[in-house]
Amino acid sequence: MKLNELTLKSAINLLDKKEISLKDVYSDVFQKINEKNKELNIYLAIDKKAEAEAEKQKNQPLRGLPIAVKDNFLTVGLPTTASSKLLDGFMPPYESAVTKKIKEAGGVVIGKTNMDAWAHGSSTETSDYGPTKNPRNPDYLPGGSSGGSAAAIASDMAIAAIGSETAGSIRQPAAWCGTVGLKPTYGRVSRYGAIAMGSSLDSPGPITKTVEDSALILNQIAGRDENDGTTSPLPVIDYTKNLKKGVKGMKVGICYIDHPKIKDTEAAKSIEKAGKFFETMGASVELITTSHNLEKNKVLSHEHAISVYTVVQRAEVSSNLARYDGIRFANDRSYFGHEAKNRIMLGIFGMSKDISREELVYVYAQKVRSLYIKNFKELFSNYDILISPVSPSFALPLGATSGDAMFGELQDMLVEPSSLAGICGISVPNYKDEKTGLYLGLNIMGDYFQEEKILQAAYAFEQGTKWNPWIK
Amino acid sequence: MVKISTDTVDHIAKLAKIPVSEKEKEELAVGFNKTLEVIDELFKVDVSGVEPTHQITGLENILREDKIDERKTITQDQALSNTKKKHNGYFVVDQILAED
Repeated sequence: MKLNELTLKSAINLLDKKEISLKDVYSDVFQKINEKNKELNIYLAIDKKAEAEAEKQKNQPLRGLPIAVKDNFLTVGLPTTASSKLLDGFMPPYESAVTKKIKEAGGVVIGKTNMDAWAHGSSTETSDYGPTKNPRNPDYLPGGSSGGSAAAIASDMAIAAIGSETAGSIRQPAAWCGTVGLKPTYGRVSRYGAIAMGSSLDSPGPITKTVEDSALILNQIAGRDENDGTTSPLPVIDYTKNLKKGVKGMKVGICYIDHPKIKDTEAAKSIEKAGKFFETMGASVELITTSHNLEKNKVLSHEHAISVYTVVQRAEVSSNLARYDGIRFANDRSYFGHEAKNRIMLGIFGMSKDISREELVYVYAQKVRSLYIKNFKELFSNYDILISPVSPSFALPLGATSGDAMFGELQDMLVEPSSLAGICGISVPNYKDEKTGLYLGLNIMGDYFQEEKILQAAYAFEQGTKWNPWIK
Repeated sequence: MVKISTDTVDHIAKLAKIPVSEKEKEELAVGFNKTLEVIDELFKVDVSGVEPTHQITGLENILREDKIDERKTITQDQALSNTKKKHNGYFVVDQILAED
């Protein structure tokens, strides 16, 4: 076995037993990068001196192992572009909170991964540096916006990775690439030094080979940060401690698969099977009916979430991207690509009076958002976890995004309600199409700060089914 | 829902300080109108008596002392390290006031 194929947990174990050396891990990882990075276009920048740094970190929790980081986290010493030519060559003067924590825990940032420019997309096809290809089948998209990080894991070009999710940008590429992606509760992980997209939504999180690896990374990056006022003061627990507790006695609700456009898809069928699996493991499982209005014991349709997200996200984008004036750093605003222009301008329009009825459409959208929060709070008073497909489909072929202004929102529609509410969710592989080699993801959602519970359920699923390619 | 014309796109582009070509204006207008159809779905939801969301996890008034924290400052050289236009340790900006 090549050492780049190791999970984070097994690499730590083997290093501790002195059965492998860091030098050999790096040798295999770099060999894979040299073989495949050109074709798959995963890393935009690589730290060639990573191994030397790793040796200094070998007694730390992450043992000097190579971590791939999405290119929207500021990293001192490695250029940071958010995949936009506007930031071409930008060298951050300070470190993001997430990468600072990763480095302090002995992780080594081996490189920066491709993404949709400014994280505006769900394909990694809108990167100004060209699309990333799905390592499971290079004719297909990896998903996005954290497509480079998911592809780095799927192709074993790193041991673990960091992504960020605003609405689906961790879970959807993780699903399409057959990896594990955890979107923590909003405020569980600091956004400081992450290039801001939708400030009320952005959630950094791990993309890994296994659920246990995800817990190991979350242990290091979660917590209150004085530089991000929205981080929660709730204490960080050891997410690996009760990981193997199982789902016995849990109440599981299945969401969205009764919707006419989802029903009968492979995605829906695989979720029914996941529900049956949880039942055999001792959970009680119920299908929750989708409703167009807020009703007790029903799940509010994901369809309104697309509209809410479109308004809120674009408004926040227009504000966040106002800082790129080309004066203090970076190129001028003519370097924004089509999608960024589109979103900035729609955001401005959405906050102007022009499309208001009696009130601003932005305020109206934030009211509908309140309904989603209320809906989830009520459902979680009754259920421990909620499950759904991550995406309605398998990965789409390269080129699928062209000319579709709403591409991302349609791919992410099943995870948008949870993102708007700010609750946590994890995607684990739950089906593989043998013909194409492509995967589907199971989305397990939990109440605010219930990462431990969704990790338990995800771990039970991963261990009890055959879909995770790293679990032998 | 109102339709967005290329004139409106032009106006918003000025507000956004983003240069757009004539061809882009047309493309953006098409995309905007498609997006507005999606946004229109919002108004089918009854929100009477619902408060808008301000902070999703319910945090309030997270404040800090109004003091400079030396650990969070960067040097003048660092601050200027990524600019394309500097002069005598300053950023160079476009002139905004001029005599007629």
